[in-house]
Amino acid sequence: MSSVLLKMEGISKGFPGVQALSKIQLELRAGETLALVGENGAGKSTLMKVLTGIYQRDEGKIIYQGNEIEVPNTKAAQDLGISMIHQELNLAQDLTVAQNIFIGREPRKGFGLFLDEKELNQKAQALFERIQVKLDPKEYVSELSVAKQQMVEIAKALSFNSKVLIMDEPTAALTDSEIDTLFEIIKKLKADGVGIVYISHRMEELKRITDRITVMRDGEYIGTVDTKETTIDNIISMMVGRQIYNTTSPIVDSGNNEVVLDVKNLNRGKKLIDINFQLKKGEILGFAGLMGAGRTEVARAIFGADPIDSGEIYINGELVNIKSPSDAVNHGIGYLSEDRKRFGLLVNMDVKSNIAIASMKDFRSSTGFTKENKVKIIAQEMVDKLKVKTPTIDQEIRLLSGGNQQKVVIGKWLTRDSDILIFDEPTRGIDVGAKGEIYKLLNQLASQGKSIIMISSELPEVIRMSHRVIVMCEGRITGELTAENTSQEAIMTYATQREEISR
Amino acid sequence: MNPELDNTEAVKKKIRLPIRSGALQQVLAFASLIVLILFFSLASPNFFQFSNIVGILLSTSVIGILALGVTFVIITGGIDLSVGTAMTLCSVMTGVFITFWGFPTPLGVVLGILFGAFAGFLSGLAVAKMKIPPFIATLAVMMIAKGLALVISGTKPIYFSDTPEFSQIALGTIIPGLAIPNAVWIFLIMAIFGYIVLSKTVIGRYTFALGSNEEATRLSGVNVNRWKIIIYSIAGLFTGVAGVLMASRLNSAQPALGLGYELEAIAAVVIGGTSLSGGKGTMIGTVIGALIMSVLTNGLRILSVPQEWQTVVVGIVIILAVYADILRRQKA
Repeated sequence: MSSVLLKMEGISKGFPGVQALSKIQLELRAGETLALVGENGAGKSTLMKVLTGIYQRDEGKIIYQGNEIEVPNTKAAQDLGISMIHQELNLAQDLTVAQNIFIGREPRKGFGLFLDEKELNQKAQALFERIQVKLDPKEYVSELSVAKQQMVEIAKALSFNSKVLIMDEPTAALTDSEIDTLFEIIKKLKADGVGIVYISHRMEELKRITDRITVMRDGEYIGTVDTKETTIDNIISMMVGRQIYNTTSPIVDSGNNEVVLDVKNLNRGKKLIDINFQLKKGEILGFAGLMGAGRTEVARAIFGADPIDSGEIYINGELVNIKSPSDAVNHGIGYLSEDRKRFGLLVNMDVKSNIAIASMKDFRSSTGFTKENKVKIIAQEMVDKLKVKTPTIDQEIRLLSGGNQQKVVIGKWLTRDSDILIFDEPTRGIDVGAKGEIYKLLNQLASQGKSIIMISSELPEVIRMSHRVIVMCEGRITGELTAENTSQEAIMTYATQREEISR
Repeated sequence: MNPELDNTEAVKKKIRLPIRSGALQQVLAFASLIVLILFFSLASPNFFQFSNIVGILLSTSVIGILALGVTFVIITGGIDLSVGTAMTLCSVMTGVFITFWGFPTPLGVVLGILFGAFAGFLSGLAVAKMKIPPFIATLAVMMIAKGLALVISGTKPIYFSDTPEFSQIALGTIIPGLAIPNAVWIFLIMAIFGYIVLSKTVIGRYTFALGSNEEATRLSGVNVNRWKIIIYSIAGLFTGVAGVLMASRLNSAQPALGLGYELEAIAAVVIGGTSLSGGKGTMIGTVIGALIMSVLTNGLRILSVPQEWQTVVVGIVIILAVYADILRRQKA
């Protein structure tokens, strides 16, 4: 058994009014990958922020390489060799790869007055060779895919000679092949004796890449298990503290329902090429494909968020002209973005304002005043109906968990009485327990006659939820599958069908 | 050990403590205002006199009304640099309508105010439709307004000598026997108007929504361009009122005046706790902010502090006010 690299004991951290962590322990060995799991709000991030000096603990000890340490700030953590790769990448888009990695530590020449770009690029190149990643030091970060940017972050972390590397949901934005590459890098790092704390919601990954799993719930330490000796079901029940119910409800047949949305020959530059599809009443239509296949672009084009070059959209058989999101909303379309914080939520505003924002017309008196009481009543109804966990409807939305934020966004569109709902990655960043509730909600909505487009990168999710699945690759629709003949293999075949093969 | 908390329980606990952040901020600003008043009252017997207090209120009125308008724009996450010179242009236009063209005073006043709304409308158009960043768009409008004010007036003041009732708008006393000039009441009315629009109407809701997350607001189906133009126009309406008031107080439209007023207005908004990054702010805060600035200048003058030093002190107060706000936010 390898040596213990880092030990956190009895860590507690309180914020005014809430105990975020109470007596947490964590042990990381050299050369292992330790998964840290728990529902959103379990305290994983807080614990890692304590470790990296962003927060200060109220009590407890951190023992690192045999010595008790203090971590007053992130600089101190870096100096000790503790680095974290955050979920949101923190790179300067207009600087090159090498400039990003050595930011603040640039090699100088000429009595320290000038930057030594050559040395900088050489140092970066040497670093890439050491960890065996393929990156060009001189390339601009804005030109890189998310996966490549993540590798830059990893390289940056390792350039501090990190012994402890914390990864927060590193695969959230990666495709399967990119995940494979990431896992290769992780294996190499392990062989070099680096200890990795791996935070993820994706259960199947834990089995592949981690050695041990530490589970947290509601700010408390639940337990640590060897990955080999446990089951995913066991981990999930540790996380949620209950057995999760089977959420698959029988799919209602919608095959003969009328078409509510008919998209014909939609084109937008190279992003969308000849998009044709129909959506029926009460149907859940899955959109599958790899990252960058153009699924989000389809959604944004239909919703009027991006301009289109050509194409026709029919709603209930009528040709409509959608030039802006407000046109789309008036035609009964609602869009739930994959990036809730940027595109879905009014982060500083309260739950009721977020529910009402798309429907202010209904909450406006003839003189322009808001009908505050009506807003309150409707918002409360939505909160009850969707079982949003919030103390009151006056709570600021940013204080809710991901799953509950998502429910509020759903509530916004239900309040607007939208008939066509486009869900873009509806369960991204949402914990397992809440995922089940979102699925249940989607099924309910469909059986009530709402029509749903569901874009998702999680194949099991697409397969389980959809009546039909449309698969895209490089801006084109490459296949359509009905519920009976959908399988992960079939989807992947279409999803990788590049132009040369299909034509 | 900690008792096991149900998830909802934990959430419930979380919210109980933070008093609505806006409210706390107002309390803080209000407390500073009281402290300042107490300090100057103790330092000089001349400060807390009825006539001096009325003087402070009178000198707050124009800047205060400008600040109320700018508050809307700042909450959307924008900025309006044009209000100072646009105010002057409104003064000049009011002079043109009443003195040059001989319009009846009430009509001239209404047109002068609407002219302000029109200037705001143009800024809004540049920001919303042409996608020019608010700083640049309103900087341009500031220069255009400054130039036009000089061109239209022929660089000379326009006097309201034929219409003695015009000066009564600002300086008359509507309540007989109470020596409080109308300008003060107009400030109060505009503050209440601003408060109502910001907190009770759909416009106010969209003002906060735009500042909180413009893209999410757009994707909620809100016609953000239209509302932005409306909000800038409302800010312009306040500018128009300030312009008429300024002209009335001086009984003349002074075309060279006005530059720098926009910065004082922005300072008042910021001292009042409105965040320059948008999404947060109150009208009451702005009123208090404007009062703090006037009390400071007035008090320092009474204590015979030279004018150049007064400016230095106001600058320091701005830093302290914003820093206190930042400190408080970090704790929360």
